Amino acid sequence: MDSAAATRDTPLPTSTPAAAEHGEARIRRWARRGPLLPALVFMVVTTQLPMVVTVVVSMFNWNALYPNDIHFVGLDNFVQVFQTDALRGAVVTTIVMTGVVVAASLVLGLGLALLLHRRFWGRGVVRTMLIAPFLMVPIAAALLWKHVLLNPSYGLINGALGWLWSLFGSDSPPQPAWVSTYPMMSIEAALIWQWTPFMMLIILAGLQSLPPDTLEAAQVDGAGPFAVFRYITLPHLRRYLELGALLGSVYIVQNFDAVFTMTSGGLGTANLAYTVYRTFFQAQDYGLASAMGVLVVLASIVIATLALRTVSSLLKEA
Amino acid sequence: MTAPPWPKPRTAHPRAAALLPGGRRRRSSRGVWLGVAAWLAGLFAVTPILWMLLTSFHSEQDAAQNPPSLAADLTLESYRTFFGSQPLPAFVNSFSASLVSTALVLALSVPAAYALSIKPVPKWSDVMFFFLSTKFLPIVAGLLPLYLFALHTGTLDNIWLLSILYTSMNLAVAVWMMRSFLSEVPREIIEAAQLDGASLTTTLVRVVGPIAIPGIAATALICFIFSWNELMLARTLTATVASTAPVFMTSFLTSQGLFIAKMSAACIAISLPVLAAGFAAQDKLVQGLSMGAVK
Repeated sequence: MDSAAATRDTPLPTSTPAAAEHGEARIRRWARRGPLLPALVFMVVTTQLPMVVTVVVSMFNWNALYPNDIHFVGLDNFVQVFQTDALRGAVVTTIVMTGVVVAASLVLGLGLALLLHRRFWGRGVVRTMLIAPFLMVPIAAALLWKHVLLNPSYGLINGALGWLWSLFGSDSPPQPAWVSTYPMMSIEAALIWQWTPFMMLIILAGLQSLPPDTLEAAQVDGAGPFAVFRYITLPHLRRYLELGALLGSVYIVQNFDAVFTMTSGGLGTANLAYTVYRTFFQAQDYGLASAMGVLVVLASIVIATLALRTVSSLLKEA
Repeated sequence: MTAPPWPKPRTAHPRAAALLPGGRRRRSSRGVWLGVAAWLAGLFAVTPILWMLLTSFHSEQDAAQNPPSLAADLTLESYRTFFGSQPLPAFVNSFSASLVSTALVLALSVPAAYALSIKPVPKWSDVMFFFLSTKFLPIVAGLLPLYLFALHTGTLDNIWLLSILYTSMNLAVAVWMMRSFLSEVPREIIEAAQLDGASLTTTLVRVVGPIAIPGIAATALICFIFSWNELMLARTLTATVASTAPVFMTSFLTSQGLFIAKMSAACIAISLPVLAAGFAAQDKLVQGLSMGAVK
């Protein structure tokens, strides 16, 4: 396909050496681009086209419940989005949820990676145990937290509290209703449990790529364990911490499963992804949902631009 | 020579302390404690899953005990109920969507990564950023167009549409992973092969292939896991025929009410393929997740 396009574009009189050279260079250029094109075209069609449609729909009054009343309204949907509290709340919820989960799982992941980087008995088994939460299907993990751990009457945590209290002869242990009392913390706990192994694995990869001679040299120079960590290990891990934070944010900003399963967006836990989903499905307000979608994308672009600047260091070294 | 950035040690002979037998013993006892700490952390992380596994083998009455009953009789009742509610089509759908999309991702990402690393196109880093930027587009923002497209083309409740969308969901990350794996192939080897008269196909199959296979496997594993786990698109775009395992899970719960033992059995059952694949290929998981940043 590509070479055909190249020959078609080649000027007809190919007798002059310059023209032939030019044509050849063209073919070579397209031969280079060729393998890239299918993936690039596929991505443009499946991600950019729907976005264009979303932008168009966001400027229409379109509610699926009133199919005869579809008309252009300009920016009215956007005005409506800003006038309702739902979206403002969702923005705050999304930022808080993402920030808390990414920060906590990075710190925990760093600690666990440092523990796991050392040699000790049963290291392989411990690594397997630590990875396990990441391998639970997200909806199963959310159900696990909601019912098996946090359920007020038969959850493991309240069960353990009851058991502890009974050890001391008390039959009135505290039995908080975790999910309804601390909805955000419950969701965050479940997400941190799932995402810590992810961060741990990335940081562990970073630790393993740290050349041992550097560490030895620092120790010989008289650096204590904390100095080694502070001045050698941590700077080396920076790229990996950034990569973990970036990938974690990308996935947690869009989290749907945990919010959908644990609280159905109630009690102030509706993040952006869930809010758009609900506007689309329950209210069937396509125009409004699309306007929200467009705003989510705009916000993502701002964050992405900042994030991409940090990732560019990843490409330089490669 | 510049001074090291850390503060000067207090001891006059830092190496002397490390050489003393007392110092070594202290260090090894600290090592034991750190090992214990790692074990405790591991047990802490895995306990919820083990507890769920145990609950799934309990009867509903025993599962709802408070304080929890560790030593209750084991039964397969919950698994019988779960597998009796015909989850097989959903599992087949999940496998098809995950495998087809993983195959498509590889078919698209390997050549693309080749054109971004071994024979890089001009401005290849801009292309890389374009791919990454698509990951920042929240899927939910494209949900309506996708739904309308499916509605009007009659592909609603169609597993092929889901496979295509999962390909789109995973392609960007796969291109990033594959590029870093392929850029590890030394240029000299490729040049040497070509100097020896090897054709492009031979070079790719005999030289690049063997070095890239582990990376391809890592990429495939990650794509499979993310496709298997996906819920929102599947819930929106499938109904009865093409529903995947996570979607089946949500409807199973509604039909069964909140029965904790049955729910646990269902959760374990749908997570099992991912748990098995992940445990079997832990190293691939590490490689894949770090986007090949492991050198």
